[in-house]
Amino acid sequence: MKVLIVEDDQEAARYLARGLGEAGHSCDTAADGEDGLEMALDADYDVLIVDRMLPKRDGLSLIEKLRETDKQVPILVLSALAQVDDRVKGLRAGGDDYLTKPYAFTELLARIEALGRRKQTADFEAVYKVGDLELDRLSHTVQRAGKSIILQPREFRLLEYLMRHAGQVVTRTMLLENVWDYHFDPQTNVIDVHISRLRGKIDKAFDRPLVHTVRGAGYVIRADAD
Amino acid sequence: MSETTAPEATAPRRADRAARGGDTSPSSDGRRAKSLRRARLVRTTAFKLTIVYLLVFGGLALGLIAYISNTTKDIIDRQLESAIEGETVELDNEYRRAGLFRLMRIVEQRSMRPDANLYLITDFSGNPIAGNVAELLYDPSKATPGAAFPVLYTRLVPSEGAEGRTHRALARLSVLGGNYRLLVGRDVEDRIEFSGIISRAIRGAMVVVAVLALLSWAFISRVVLRKVDAIAGSTRQIVAGDLSRRLPTDGSGDEFDRLAAGVNTMLDEIERLHAGLQEVSQNIAHDLKTPLTRVRNRLDEMMRSAPEGEEREAMLAATVEECDQLIRTFDALLTIARVESHTTAVALEPTDLSAVVADMAEFYEPAAEDAGMSLVTKFAPGLRIPGEPTLLRTMIANLLDNAMKYGTSPTNVVDLTLAREGDWAVLTVRDHGQGVGDRDRARLTDRFVRMDAARSKPGAGLGLSMVKAIVGHHGGQLALQDAAPGLAVRITLPLAGADAR
Repeated sequence: MKVLIVEDDQEAARYLARGLGEAGHSCDTAADGEDGLEMALDADYDVLIVDRMLPKRDGLSLIEKLRETDKQVPILVLSALAQVDDRVKGLRAGGDDYLTKPYAFTELLARIEALGRRKQTADFEAVYKVGDLELDRLSHTVQRAGKSIILQPREFRLLEYLMRHAGQVVTRTMLLENVWDYHFDPQTNVIDVHISRLRGKIDKAFDRPLVHTVRGAGYVIRADAD
Repeated sequence: MSETTAPEATAPRRADRAARGGDTSPSSDGRRAKSLRRARLVRTTAFKLTIVYLLVFGGLALGLIAYISNTTKDIIDRQLESAIEGETVELDNEYRRAGLFRLMRIVEQRSMRPDANLYLITDFSGNPIAGNVAELLYDPSKATPGAAFPVLYTRLVPSEGAEGRTHRALARLSVLGGNYRLLVGRDVEDRIEFSGIISRAIRGAMVVVAVLALLSWAFISRVVLRKVDAIAGSTRQIVAGDLSRRLPTDGSGDEFDRLAAGVNTMLDEIERLHAGLQEVSQNIAHDLKTPLTRVRNRLDEMMRSAPEGEEREAMLAATVEECDQLIRTFDALLTIARVESHTTAVALEPTDLSAVVADMAEFYEPAAEDAGMSLVTKFAPGLRIPGEPTLLRTMIANLLDNAMKYGTSPTNVVDLTLAREGDWAVLTVRDHGQGVGDRDRARLTDRFVRMDAARSKPGAGLGLSMVKAIVGHHGGQLALQDAAPGLAVRITLPLAGADAR
């Protein structure tokens, strides 16, 4: 993916560009809001990473300006401001996701990849399939290898989110935010327990597990073991 | 030459003296202080009030006196007129009864009296034939018979040589039978004299009012300035860092006393917050230094011994985890500070507390079960409070986290109850563990306080501080109770629309 990093802290920009480069993405960087806006308008990027506080033009204003044009590029807002209202402001300005500094790189990478593929993925598909697992979003039913599986409503939404991002790593925080719409730090391993319950229902009775733990990052659902 | 050089030679010296005098001379200092004080007196509210009072009272006094003198003049005029009329009628009757000579006799007699009225009888051609008037001046257009009109006259003086002054009088003309004319008048100099007295009184009163106003201004501003100076002095000391100082109060209960009392209450609160802040920063310094030292030492060790493979991985992972924990602690501290100071911009909105609690119970239930605990819930439905869902969830998460960590017991039951009591929603989280002693319970909500039993478990000792801050932000109360066995955390929050605050 082609990523534009708009960040005035050079050390942070370097850290991001290097990490994203190692993950196979190509990165451009802009050090202030004006440059960032110009570059975002000139070229086609798959994802923008925008710091909230920037010289010349702040991050939110950049996003608002960009959203006035027909550029549909997804934007991840980075900020040292962690309060609920800050997050809401960032999303209201037109950001697609909001991540608080300091962040784990795995968290950022997972979110970037989720955002970048959002375009082509399945917002409109009625049925998600991973291997022999099928989830019908309309009838709210789940089957694996033809066998019906009964899920609680929250388990269904958890699986739906994992399958929508099939093949991509989703972090615990992403699950917390997107499945539960919770924006606090639960401190304990609550998400892990929910995942393990879900595994008990969709993986336990079958040979090949579909939900995998990615150490230090989160979970991924995929058919292949690679 | 000498004439031109002399001023040049002395000028610098004088300037020099002036410059030195400006710095050192006590008398000029005193003068400046005095003129400064005078300028300050003029700027005071008391001065402005005095001016306003002066204008208002002056105007009032003027109006009142003008009214009284006008009314008095009217009354006197009417009395004069009716007296003149009465006498005219009497004389007219005499004339009719006894004829002209009798009338002349009476007029002559009356004219001789001291302080006599004004009498004049003229014949048909206007020649005076009796009376005490030497000269008469009046505006003929106003001289209608049967009504009084103002005249100027000079009195006919019996004793030669004493030439009479021109007086003002009010007179009435009547036509007698046989075309004789009778004029009866009264001197009005007394009345004019009276007006003079009144206007002198007015001037005197104005002077007295002005002097009194100035005096009261001087008094008020002195008293007020002294109080203000005392307050300003104390304020300066407080600003200079002496937070324990208070504004002087004299117990008089006047405006300044009440103001000072209000400010003192505010200072009490500021001092309390300040003390809390100091304690917190000391705690932070201490409690954050410990993990930072561990991180530093681990990195230092890695530099020295350069471990490889799994050992290196493990050390790095532990270091990152330690940093993450530090960041979480910082975030928690920031959130607590923001919530406590009520500066969080998140407004409280009507929130279904029952739904929030039920969702959280559902969210935590698997984790509780995993930990071997069972969550026993009992919720009253539909309790709405003015709240902020994320903060409320953080609060409940902290409580459940604590109960699961420290509430282990033979039954391993944690009770989560939401009930309604009057205008309050009451949330109780109760474990059946070993509980917390009375003395320690009071300290539980302080930041970084961890019981001995908790030392071995992860956490920073901020959970209950956070809970307390959030409860406070929602206008509720937090009580930690001995549930014997176990600890019961009881939170009361005002219901929406109850306006219990």
